[in-house]
Amino acid sequence: MADMAVHNAHPPGFAHQFEDMEQQREAGSLGMWVFLLTEMMFFGGLFATYIVYRALYLPSFEIGSHLLEVKFGALNTAVLIGSSLTMALAIHSAQIGKRGAPVGFLIATMILGATFLFIKFTFEWRHDYIEHLVPGFGFVIRPEWGAPGAHVPMFFCFYFFMTGLHALHMIIGIGILAVLTVMAHRRRFTPDYYSPLEVSGLYWHFVDIIWIFLFPLLYLIGGRYPGGGH
Amino acid sequence: MSTATLDVHEVPTGSRVNYLNAQYGVKSWLLTTDHKRIALLYLASITLMFFVGGFFAVLMRLHLIEPQGALVQPETYNKLFTMHGVIMVFFFLVPSIPATLGNFLVPMMIGARDLAFPKLNLLSWYIYIIGAIFTLYAVISGGVDTGWTFYTPYSSTFSHTSVVPTALGVFITGFSSILTGLNFVVTIHKMRAPGLTWFRLPLFIWAIYATSIIFILGTPVIAITLFLLFLERVLHIGIFDPAIGGDPILFQHLFWFYSHPAVYIMILPGMGVMSELITCFSRKRIFGYSFVAFSSLAIAIISFLVWGHHMFVTGQSIYAGLIFSVLSFMVAIPSAVKVFNWTATLYKGSISYDAPMLYALGFIGLFTMGGLTGLFLASLATDVHLNGTYFIVAHFHYIMVGGAVMAYLGGIHFWWPKITGRLYPDGWARFAALVIFVGFNLTFFPQFMLGYLGMPRRYAVYPGEFQVLNVMSSAGASILGIGYLIPLIYLTWSMRYGPTAGPNPWQAKGLEWTTPSPPPTENFEEIPVVTEEAYDYAHSRVTRG
Amino acid sequence: MSEHIVPVKTYIGIFVALLCFTALTTGIAYVDLGAFNTVAALAIAVVKMLLVVLFFMHVKYSGGLTKVFIFAGVLFFAILVTLTLADELTRNWSPTPTGWGTLVLLARFF
Repeated sequence: MADMAVHNAHPPGFAHQFEDMEQQREAGSLGMWVFLLTEMMFFGGLFATYIVYRALYLPSFEIGSHLLEVKFGALNTAVLIGSSLTMALAIHSAQIGKRGAPVGFLIATMILGATFLFIKFTFEWRHDYIEHLVPGFGFVIRPEWGAPGAHVPMFFCFYFFMTGLHALHMIIGIGILAVLTVMAHRRRFTPDYYSPLEVSGLYWHFVDIIWIFLFPLLYLIGGRYPGGGH
Repeated sequence: MSTATLDVHEVPTGSRVNYLNAQYGVKSWLLTTDHKRIALLYLASITLMFFVGGFFAVLMRLHLIEPQGALVQPETYNKLFTMHGVIMVFFFLVPSIPATLGNFLVPMMIGARDLAFPKLNLLSWYIYIIGAIFTLYAVISGGVDTGWTFYTPYSSTFSHTSVVPTALGVFITGFSSILTGLNFVVTIHKMRAPGLTWFRLPLFIWAIYATSIIFILGTPVIAITLFLLFLERVLHIGIFDPAIGGDPILFQHLFWFYSHPAVYIMILPGMGVMSELITCFSRKRIFGYSFVAFSSLAIAIISFLVWGHHMFVTGQSIYAGLIFSVLSFMVAIPSAVKVFNWTATLYKGSISYDAPMLYALGFIGLFTMGGLTGLFLASLATDVHLNGTYFIVAHFHYIMVGGAVMAYLGGIHFWWPKITGRLYPDGWARFAALVIFVGFNLTFFPQFMLGYLGMPRRYAVYPGEFQVLNVMSSAGASILGIGYLIPLIYLTWSMRYGPTAGPNPWQAKGLEWTTPSPPPTENFEEIPVVTEEAYDYAHSRVTRG
Repeated sequence: MSEHIVPVKTYIGIFVALLCFTALTTGIAYVDLGAFNTVAALAIAVVKMLLVVLFFMHVKYSGGLTKVFIFAGVLFFAILVTLTLADELTRNWSPTPTGWGTLVLLARFF
């Protein structure tokens, strides 16, 4: 009895500042939500300035937005949504005790994440650089933009800062997934202990949500119908 | 307060294992995850930064004894007030009580063995140190002259000083605050001892919780702001660049969205300390526990609604000014509630004048003055006259120094026996408190008058008719400086030569006082079960040995 | 944190819904709805966010504390945006009239 009590009190992964695994799990989950709250405010500052400048310079933002390729933005949105699905399935498979399955789902998530970054950096950013649309790196204001052209670089500042910050979070997320994959490969996750997966899943889904907002806010300003919009 | 069965008889420190002697060696300190050791790591770093920031203040006050400036060139003076502000705000005041007393006491006051995330706690300290190194590098590589407020476009485009390392240093240190706040919030929610309901918590915990909310919600915004500033300096283009339509006022909105709540980060923990000190040294329950508890939360929340009062005269629209003015009057109310409640607690209490209490009493008077003068600044019409003058400088120093630093020192003195297991010499402590009080008022009261008379702040020279008041202020500053050195000396001395302290030299209520002094690494042999309300002081005279 | 295990079918369903909403928001952009384009895009983004938050992040099955923290984030972001815009968008408004002028101005609203 005594050693069973000891065993129950000290399952694998138990941290001794806590009284039991339940408290540890709840603390870990709350901790990640509080961290996501800070991320909401971190991105929030950037979104807030975006909102202000979009209100002030809407015609310039429309010009800038029309220079982005909707097909890549939409494709990337689908890719990220897919990666959220595979992440959720990774957690699910651990919850139901399929000890090896998380590995596959985690690798799928990483591949989708990497695909997102590949599309962004290779087809979008590189293209924008070649077209002289990167502020500070040879940006050229086209005469056909007219008067609003002076503020088009502002849009592109936001485009690169916001997608860049998002991409940085994705890269960190892929790093975390790699660590989780190793842990899953070592059969560390059981129906009683999968909180690293759950907590990292929260982070991954949050990064997906940021993109869910970035896509319309950057790519769909002013509509894509003939004649532009307002 | 607890029903735990602990041996509370005096045991000499040296013959018992506690968190200080459980392990020896530099590695055991630099790789510790014990919240108490981390608190001491912070205490050492913060004290160092306090004296670095204070050094710049000394140079400024020496310079200002002559109307044409006695010490440095104006360009250098600009760097002095900037570095003083940056270091004092970000590297001393913001972390001070939370990272030292908070880290040490939060687990103990709630009956836990450590914070929820001890390794994250250590990481917080290392992040603080890295940020401090970047900023100190900026100091020695020529300094920064933008003011601690980094207003654009001067900071983003025109200044030729070390803005990049400073902005980067503050950005990095911000994450230290964020992680500390995260740790506290989770710990307080999830790790309270059995029976310790929210309304039985010490008010210090409520204050730390409210502070942590501000850490979490506000710091990320200044982080992104400084990061954007950093990018703009490096890329020579960015969203604050007027050439592409950037609005300098927008920088100020983002900056003050954090920096106003930040000033409540600086004062709320001190208010928490106040509730502990006033109750103990009046031997009385706090008057209006729930009012004081909720006022901490109210301050934290309303503090996010008032930031525009820093921008009344910088170009903000008058309509926004009206809104922010009204909201700024509202934020004074919960602070006043606290002052009323502390005063009511004192009333008919059995008051003793130990050093911590002297600091607490000083706090009440000085914080009240600082707070009331804030109302002059919240009012649009008077702010037009007073903004940018020494009135503002005096206002915030009354709160930051007369309030926050006094509370910090009071708290350090109150919990010193618990932290170190030693008693400090009481006579010297009371003497230092009085020296600090006198020096402080002599330094900053003349500045209210200077501001009212129109002397601008951040100026290296001033009209001759202001010299008398400036000399008084500088004289006060030297007394204040000496006053701060005295505790540095006797507290350090006491760590080796002070008499050993028992578990509860003040006969105070609170779970932390049920442990030996210094506590063992795991804090409690058994997690206590709490059945009593907070501050259950009997109304009787207590003699202390 | 939930012990509740969400069935795979639900996850797949949410995934499909998210893809549909992505297609919808992309498609609507090609239709001239004037100012409503922006409203529609944001509304769809909010719906997608709710689907991810409630189901993928298990908030539907979580306690109240999680919801409070999420709400706090949204609220304080809204405060930042609202009060900043209160300044940025009113810079060029005509100055407030004084004295009888204020009454005249108010009278125009009633």
